[in-house]
Amino acid sequence: MAGAVAAVLGLLALLGSPGGCWGSAGRPQDSLREELLLSPLPSGDLAATFQFRARWDSALQREGVSHYRLFPKALGQLISKYLVRELHLSLTQGFWRTRTWGQPYLQAPAGAELWVWFQDSVTDVDKAWKELSNVLSGIFCASLNFIDSTNTVTPTASFKPLGLANVTDHHLLRYAVLPREVVCTENLTPWKKLLPCGSKAGLAVLLKAERLFHSSYHSQAVHIRPICRDASCLSVSWELRQTLTVVFDTFTIGQGRRDWSLFKMFSCTITEACPLASESKIYVDISSKNQENELLEVTPPPLSVHEASVQGDRKTYAVYDLLSPLLFNVSRSLNVQLKWKRPQDNLDLSTPVLHAQRYVSGYGLQTGEISTLIYNTHAYRAFPVMLLETVPWYLRLYIHTLVITTKGKENKPSYIHYQPAQDRRRPHLLEMLIQLPANSVTKITIQFERALLKWTEYTPDPNHGFYVSPSVLSALVPGVIAMKAEDVEQSPLFTSLFPSSDGSSYFMRLYTEPLLVNLPTPDFSMPYNVICLTCTVVAVCYGSFYNLLTRTFHVEEPSRGGLAKRLANIIRKVRGVPPL
Amino acid sequence: MWTYWAKFTPDMTQLPSLECVTLESWYPSSLAQWLTRRLRGPSNYTPAYQYGSSSDSLWDTSLQYISVSESFWSFSLVQFKKQKLLIELDRYAPDVAELIRTPMEMHYIPLKVALFYLLNPYTVMSCVAKSTCAINNTIIAFFILATIKGSTLLSAVFLALATYQSLYPLTLFAPALLYLLQRQFIPVKLKSKGFWLYTTQYAALYLCSLVVIVCLSFFLLNSWDFIPSVYGFILSVPDLTPNIGLFWYFFAEMFEHFSLFFVCVFQINVFFYTIPLAIKLKEHPIFFLFVQLAIISIFKSYPTVGDVALYMAFLPLWSHLYRFLRNIFILSCVLVVCSLLFPVLWHLWIYAGSANSNFYYAITLTFNVGQILLISDYFYAFLRREYYLTHGLYLTRKDGTEAMLVLK
Repeated sequence: MAGAVAAVLGLLALLGSPGGCWGSAGRPQDSLREELLLSPLPSGDLAATFQFRARWDSALQREGVSHYRLFPKALGQLISKYLVRELHLSLTQGFWRTRTWGQPYLQAPAGAELWVWFQDSVTDVDKAWKELSNVLSGIFCASLNFIDSTNTVTPTASFKPLGLANVTDHHLLRYAVLPREVVCTENLTPWKKLLPCGSKAGLAVLLKAERLFHSSYHSQAVHIRPICRDASCLSVSWELRQTLTVVFDTFTIGQGRRDWSLFKMFSCTITEACPLASESKIYVDISSKNQENELLEVTPPPLSVHEASVQGDRKTYAVYDLLSPLLFNVSRSLNVQLKWKRPQDNLDLSTPVLHAQRYVSGYGLQTGEISTLIYNTHAYRAFPVMLLETVPWYLRLYIHTLVITTKGKENKPSYIHYQPAQDRRRPHLLEMLIQLPANSVTKITIQFERALLKWTEYTPDPNHGFYVSPSVLSALVPGVIAMKAEDVEQSPLFTSLFPSSDGSSYFMRLYTEPLLVNLPTPDFSMPYNVICLTCTVVAVCYGSFYNLLTRTFHVEEPSRGGLAKRLANIIRKVRGVPPL
Repeated sequence: MWTYWAKFTPDMTQLPSLECVTLESWYPSSLAQWLTRRLRGPSNYTPAYQYGSSSDSLWDTSLQYISVSESFWSFSLVQFKKQKLLIELDRYAPDVAELIRTPMEMHYIPLKVALFYLLNPYTVMSCVAKSTCAINNTIIAFFILATIKGSTLLSAVFLALATYQSLYPLTLFAPALLYLLQRQFIPVKLKSKGFWLYTTQYAALYLCSLVVIVCLSFFLLNSWDFIPSVYGFILSVPDLTPNIGLFWYFFAEMFEHFSLFFVCVFQINVFFYTIPLAIKLKEHPIFFLFVQLAIISIFKSYPTVGDVALYMAFLPLWSHLYRFLRNIFILSCVLVVCSLLFPVLWHLWIYAGSANSNFYYAITLTFNVGQILLISDYFYAFLRREYYLTHGLYLTRKDGTEAMLVLK
């Protein structure tokens, strides 16, 4: 580890890169790595995954830290103020189609997702969570301030700390999803501002909003976690990963051809690495199922090729190191291009080992059923999956209708945690560990009833429906090939966020589609009428009872006549006419 | 709970047959036993896992029938004796013979009550829906039985159970107390010592049993969380699921800052009528009980058709008021039409989507207006009959013409 740092230092010194601020011990306390992974998807689309990792060898927990270099100050102060142990925020537009796009490196649910582990010294976790989400809302210009107790849950098993943690008391965890959140430019700009080079240099120049949001899927995320400073793991470093995944539809961009280039996708090319970065690389996935006929051609020719086993599969990557002086020798700018040698007719649509889908069934506005289908396409290995369902309180789940069937037989979950909802206070939380037999489809159905809300509780467009956040599947998926444990600091960034437990399986987190459910609505135009009419009915009761209670029966006496009659009689008397 | 009921039932069926042994003892107890056998029979050999809850509610219904019809039988006898006494004491006008209820007329009242309750579509519906309302109704029926039989302890215990379940039966304390006082020949006078002694005794029994039940719940759950979850839920009306009552749409459409005020007003409204009614109907506690049950079923926060069925079972008891009812035909038409329109408009709103919530709301309004007018009509008729009993049926003016009765 120390050797690696020294090597990086040496490289930096050789390249004569701007030194920046050196620590008192004569070594940098922070480092930046940036990376772009371009991977053609089985469907023909292209996924571009940016990762920027800032690592800081400092104990941020102390309040005294005031000098920030690469690590953004806004987030650093947040960590020390709210005693955050881990923070994961993602803002996503679109849905990752696992079935056609394959397994994602890092999927995020549509909308905004935030999960935070607090330190055990936090006394009031809910208060810290509330304040933190409000601050993050300001930093990222997102509606995270709408996170409250009605959409916050504390999962017991689905979200384990990704970084260094010896505390696994899940009461320190808060998790919330806002599926209705729309992600756009105003969220991208503050995200880019957290980068040390901004969008001025390095890979970040490619992040142009008008191209990124003209895509099938856009997901940007921030992950903060503590990691080991070195192999001995005696002290803690903080790691900030900013990731951005975007999926381009190459057919529409390339006029029916699957060839692509950086310029075609991002409408610009790379001219230099970020001067502050200690590593800046572009990986292009050139692995193909059959190695003998090379179908694709990458230009300019890569300087090196990296072989890695990612997500249980062997992959080959062409690597462009932007810090290497050889790269910009030939031309001033780098425009990575990929050409298919012959048009592929049969697209390689191998289904991923684990994928899922979810839908609402039933008709009418009274009841309904949520069905989740989980597919295990592995030929011979069964594995368990942890399913997390968060359902808002206004869908009243009937837990006795929960049915899990696999291959026509009932599948009993080995772990089940259910926290019922409380009206206007907390959502339903259902966590289950379900064993998925090899080559099977597991269907999970649960019935619910829709509640009528107060008219002020409906969203501005109530007949559009209410979003139900996606269910989360966490699983250790068995791989096709054995993976070897690699040094985290050396391996590409996209392989190293989730810890791999053993060689034969890899961790995977999938999100299903968010659901859109209609609720019965009152008539929003007539609160006054309803108040008046109902009060009238109450008054009818009150009036008639009051009448009967206070009055008594009397024989009707012949009346002496009303005022009019008496007046008439006076007039008649004056006139001398006999009275009426 | 159920084993307790099962143990308890034979005693209850025994109880009236012992007392009614002098007057046509064959009738109520044998019918009750027949019905018990009849209704209990199927539930013994229906597969319990399949029809568990519906047989439970059937069982409740049958229990309720037994207690209601038998309590009304003994009530009719008491009423007859009282009438006889009042005639002998010259408290009634001489020409009111046709208003006096005879045992011949009252003979079929228990059967009519049974039919009104058991064949009432509302009862059938709440049985089919497996509503817990059946349990509630059973406890109230047992409470009525215990009260009419004059058992202070059982009456207080059942009232406490009913209060524990749904809070609103709290208001039934007043009619029960009045009836028990009447039965013990204790005059309802604020200066009388016996009155206060008995009231304190009954109230203490009631409160003690309530405290015992609540404490039992506490020891079962080991927390007081159930108090806000059960009674807070009843009082603050957080659940706005459409029902046949007045609360759901009103609070769905309420402005947020007025919500608390109107919740208070509407809840006070339920308890509000008790004291004026107690003063007015001091001499007629069972009629008071009927009116109070009706008010609860109209104005409670989550009413169901089972509640309506409970007070409708009382209607045959007041069959002698029929000639004084002013618009019974219109009101029964309103109630029948509303009951038929409920599912229609519900379907149009929720399933077909061709109507909106206002349609269903309109029908709940009409249904409740119908119920209110029905109850006030019965109240009117009752007061009118009482007036005729004391002042004579054929009233004349001073000039000898036929007089009109007016409320003043």
